[in-house]
Amino acid sequence: MIPSSAFLVLAIVLFVLGVAAFFVKRDLLTQFMAVEVMLNAGSLAFLAAAKQSAKAEAQVIVVFVLTVAAAEAAVGLAIILHFFRRRKSVRTEDIDGLKG
Amino acid sequence: MIWIIFGILSFLCVGSVAAMIFSRNPAHNALLLVLCFASLGGVFGLLDAPFAAVVQIIVYAGAIMVLFLFAVMTLNLKEGQVREKRKRIPAVAAVLAVVLLAELLVVARKAFFRAAESVPAGAAAEPMGVGQLLFTRYLYPFEITSILLIAALIGAMVMAGTKEPR
Repeated sequence: MIPSSAFLVLAIVLFVLGVAAFFVKRDLLTQFMAVEVMLNAGSLAFLAAAKQSAKAEAQVIVVFVLTVAAAEAAVGLAIILHFFRRRKSVRTEDIDGLKG
Repeated sequence: MIWIIFGILSFLCVGSVAAMIFSRNPAHNALLLVLCFASLGGVFGLLDAPFAAVVQIIVYAGAIMVLFLFAVMTLNLKEGQVREKRKRIPAVAAVLAVVLLAELLVVARKAFFRAAESVPAGAAAEPMGVGQLLFTRYLYPFEITSILLIAALIGAMVMAGTKEPR
């Protein structure tokens, strides 16, 4: 029987890796994937916490996280596509329209 | 035995995200992320959450990552096009990541001790219970997610569908 703290540690490691990937990578698409990793770490933490009390609520939360992730992916990829059409690039260095 | 499965799955999960940090090809990144989410689905299965596991694999590894791959293929990026020039930022990011990891572990320490006390015998949260909760107590949030999805779909279509502005 694996204690739920092991899953919690996995969720923490995954979240930190997602944050690191978000800051290290320089293209919008991969940064967006890093955000998805962070969302998944969040739902894993919910499930790990729910294992202690054997409740089904965590899976409901996972469904909501999934829905938000799907909506976010659709809108975000549309924005990236739109940006690529204008600038022919997806690198964050090229997004400096608001820079003083 | 269950520890071996957990070890393999979590290694695949963490390893593929770590490989994503070092890889430079967006298509490879998306495929690595499919591997990560599929193995995370296995981890969900180990947590007595069969519904979440199946949904994770079908919707996340299947649908959402295919959408990402679709975008990567549509943009048709060359491998050299997304390269990291500045060497200082990865170092700073690594240091900050280690700090964040330490912080989160310290914060979660209380949960570890509580978990060690009592783990009730695995009463699996069956998909039936999830469905009942979703359509009774959480019906209102559930309906709101459908509005959210419609709004996101329309927004994505309006943004991606408009012809060249100039």
